[in-house]
Amino acid sequence: MASENRLTVSPSPHIKSKDNTAKIMWVVFASLVPAGAAGIYIFGAGCVKVILISIISCVVTEMVCLRFRNRDPKTALDGSAALTGLLLAYNLPPELPFWIPLIGGAVSIALGKQIFGGLGHNIFNPALVGRAFLQISWPVHMTTWKNPRWWPDAVTTATPLARENPAQVSYMDLFLGNHGGCIGEVCVIALLIGALFLLSRKIISLHIPASFVATVGVLAWVFGKDGFFQGDFMFHALSGGLILGAFFMATDYVTSPLTKKGKIMFGAACGVLTIIIRLRGSYPEGVSYAILFMNAAVPIIDRFTRTRKYGLVKK
Amino acid sequence: MKKLAREFLKGITHENPTFRLILGLCPTLAVSTSVENGIGMGMAATFVLLGSNIIISSLRKVIPDQIRIPCFIVVIATFVTIVELAMKAYAPALSRALGIFVPLIVVNCVVLGRAEAFARKEPVFVSMLDAMGMGVGFTLALVLISGIREILGNGTFLGFLIMKSFEPVLFIVLAPGALLVIGLLIGFINMLAKKRAAKVSRVK
Repeated sequence: MASENRLTVSPSPHIKSKDNTAKIMWVVFASLVPAGAAGIYIFGAGCVKVILISIISCVVTEMVCLRFRNRDPKTALDGSAALTGLLLAYNLPPELPFWIPLIGGAVSIALGKQIFGGLGHNIFNPALVGRAFLQISWPVHMTTWKNPRWWPDAVTTATPLARENPAQVSYMDLFLGNHGGCIGEVCVIALLIGALFLLSRKIISLHIPASFVATVGVLAWVFGKDGFFQGDFMFHALSGGLILGAFFMATDYVTSPLTKKGKIMFGAACGVLTIIIRLRGSYPEGVSYAILFMNAAVPIIDRFTRTRKYGLVKK
Repeated sequence: MKKLAREFLKGITHENPTFRLILGLCPTLAVSTSVENGIGMGMAATFVLLGSNIIISSLRKVIPDQIRIPCFIVVIATFVTIVELAMKAYAPALSRALGIFVPLIVVNCVVLGRAEAFARKEPVFVSMLDAMGMGVGFTLALVLISGIREILGNGTFLGFLIMKSFEPVLFIVLAPGALLVIGLLIGFINMLAKKRAAKVSRVK
């Protein structure tokens, strides 16, 4: 919103940048395109429907809510709602009845964001709120996975994390997305291309994703299924929604800590919770719940990692 | 006459225990999964309220101030025991569904709150009206919340299927749904109250 606010009162030195909310949102949106394209290529055209419905639902809900709150409905087009819709769709299985992304988008925006006061005031990541709502409400639809188009048994399947014997899927398959899963989470390489783009534009920093993935890897290795210090850390790092969650959802500006130290704590705690849910919980995947849970802890992290004022001497 | 009507109506409208005083939320959150439970809980609480308010109001000059809370609790517990035993005898299914929340009416903030804030100061008849108003208000709130939760979460109302080919929103009947529905309703009612207050102050 910096472009609308001509008068900025702040202590010197003043550095001005051309970034604004809309621009950042659309850059993140663009960085997610490769993963979506990979999802569509792997699971077929059904994904397009889910993605479009989810985005449209989010933008329309945002407009209605803004209208209802006597705000300018035009700000619904600043890309934040569209990004929420895209992220929500990436967290959904590829084949769904049309009303699931529709309700998911509406819940994400209305209950995840606008009810707290709109952009910048939400405690939880809106897309994950929508996903958690759908996951709890319609568990059967939300766990009916599809195999990649070219697999012989192309109907339903379990994700690698939910399988008894995950060895059927090689690391290369996990890396390329050659297995069942959510639309946007399967193709790790496409996600990493988008993440590299964001890192190079300095839109996200490496603190949260690195500490998140590293914690998951180390804990999977230490406490994994195959015994103490024998766990399959590559498998846990590459499967499920970890890469999508760590690079694109845990790094959401509004719902992550402000300082570097805080970000590392946040990422590590997300990793611990993810591994606890994956290895000991009743759900096969825990990334989204881990991030939601830690979103609630962000104010506390921010309080404990408050930066020292310049020149202030510790007593 | 007008004052008496107001004492009765305040529990239903602007001093509604659930939505305006935010009291008695524990049973409201727990049992509002179906309308049947909601009505059962509401009626049980209304009966206890009525009994305790009448007794406490008629004993208000006898009860020593220093030990009034234990005295209130004894009176309330008596009526709760009556309700609990009656429910076990005549509505065993409902009793099973409400479970621990029937005996817990003893510590229900609505009941104790009315005894403390109203019945110990006011005459018997007014206290009775107050109890009825509060009881009806509590029951209506429970019916509203449990109605929303049963329709959306189960597709039924009072056990009758009203929405065919509808996949129920499981979220709403589970624990987070109770918090969500109550929170949204309280927010909505606060908004209405604010608008009305603004209107009133403009007229003045």
